[in-house]
Amino acid sequence: MTKKHKAVALISGGLDSLLAVRVLQEQGIEVEGINFYTGFCVEGHTHAIRNHDKDKQKRNNALWAAEQLGIKLHIVDVIEEYKDVLLNPKHGYGANMNPCLDCKIFMVSKAVEWVKENRKDGFDFIITGEVIGQRPMSQRKEVMPIVAGESGADDILLRPLCAKNLPATKPELEGWVDREKLYDFHGRNRKPQMALAKEFGFTDYASPAGGCCFLTDKNYSDKLVDLWEGRGTREYEMDDIMLLKVGRHLRPKPEFKMIISRDAGESKYLEGYRKQFVTIQVVSHNGPLCMIDGKIEAEDYELAAGVVARYGQGRDAEEVKVEISVPGEEVQTINIKPLTTEQVLEEWHV
Amino acid sequence: MSHFELDARRMLCPMPVIKTQNKVKELSDGDILAVVCTDPGALSDIPAWARINGHTILGHEENEDELKITVRVGG
Repeated sequence: MTKKHKAVALISGGLDSLLAVRVLQEQGIEVEGINFYTGFCVEGHTHAIRNHDKDKQKRNNALWAAEQLGIKLHIVDVIEEYKDVLLNPKHGYGANMNPCLDCKIFMVSKAVEWVKENRKDGFDFIITGEVIGQRPMSQRKEVMPIVAGESGADDILLRPLCAKNLPATKPELEGWVDREKLYDFHGRNRKPQMALAKEFGFTDYASPAGGCCFLTDKNYSDKLVDLWEGRGTREYEMDDIMLLKVGRHLRPKPEFKMIISRDAGESKYLEGYRKQFVTIQVVSHNGPLCMIDGKIEAEDYELAAGVVARYGQGRDAEEVKVEISVPGEEVQTINIKPLTTEQVLEEWHV
Repeated sequence: MSHFELDARRMLCPMPVIKTQNKVKELSDGDILAVVCTDPGALSDIPAWARINGHTILGHEENEDELKITVRVGG
C-alpha cells in the first residue's frame, strides 16, 4: 500500500497561507495547520479592549482560515521562547523592532519539531505561504535557503505559491506532490493571489497586505524600546506587551511611565492591575484611570495627578479631587489643579 | 464523564483558546469543560476552535463581566 504523506502548514490567517494549503489539498494531500502565538500577533483581540472597537467583527483569522479549509489547527504558545528571537536576532531587525527573518526561521524550526513528533501519523513535510519578493526582509529570494537551512527543515520545506521559482524539494522529487501544479508567484503584486482566491471561491479573507505582527508598527516599537530604556534592561513579560497596546503612554520622568486609559473599555482593563501597580484616578469628575509603570516617589504624585486630570472632564476646573492607590497602602486623596495642554510636554508622550 | 472548569479570566484571545486546547488534550471523550473568560472574543474563537477540532459547544452563559463557555470533548 502506498504511504499517504501529510503536511503541516504554517497558518497566519492571511491569504497566502490559505492558498498554499488549498493548492496542496487539490493534490489530495492531507494538511493540518499550526499557528504560533508570540504575544505580538495582531490576531489577538486586544483591539476589542477599546469601546469603539467593540462592534468590530471578533474573528481570529487563523481559526477562520482553518475552518474554511476544513483542517485542524494547533495553536502554540511560544511567548517565552520568542523572547530570545526578539532580543537577540541573528539577522537583525527590519524597519522597526521586527526580527522578521529570525522569526520565520524560528517558526519553521518549531514546525520541524512538530513534524518529528507527529511523523508516526504520516506527517513528513512543511508548507508555508511564502512568496518570493513579497516581503522586504523575510521573503527575499536569497533568504529562502537560509530559512530552510537554519530552521533545520532543509528539503522538507515546500512553498507551493512560489515553488517553481525555487529548487525542487523532497515532496516534489519523491513525487508526493506534482511540481507542475504548483505556482511561480513572485513580487509584491497581489493580483495572482487574488485571482487564485477567486478560483478557489475564497471571499472575505483577511486583508491581503496586512501585517500580522505589532513589532512592524513604529508606534508600538517605540513604546517597547522606551519600556526597556525606562527599566534599564531588555526584558518583558506578557503583561508588559499587552499594556503597550492600551492607553496613552507618557513618561514625565525617567523613573516612571503613566498609562492613561482613553475610554471606559481601557479603564476596565487597567482596573485589573490595581493590586499590582500604583493607580491614579480623578474622583470628583469623570475621567480616565492611570496606571504607573516604574517607581514613582510621593513628591511626584501632584505632577502625575495633574497630568491625569488634564485628560478628564474636570480639566478646566480650578481644582479636582484625585485618589492615589498604592498596593498594600491606604488610598490617599489629594486636591490639585489640572495641568494645561501646554504643561503636558510633548516630549513626555511615548 | 467528568466535569472540569478552566479559569481563563483576564486572558486575551487567543490565550483562552490555547488554554482550552491544552486542557482538552488531558481529558477524555465525553468529558465536560467549562471555560470562564472575560475576553468577548472567546465567544467567537472557542466555538470556531471546537468546530474545526471535532468538539461540541454545549452552550454559554454571559453576565456583564464574564463568559462561561461549555465544551464537550469529542463529538
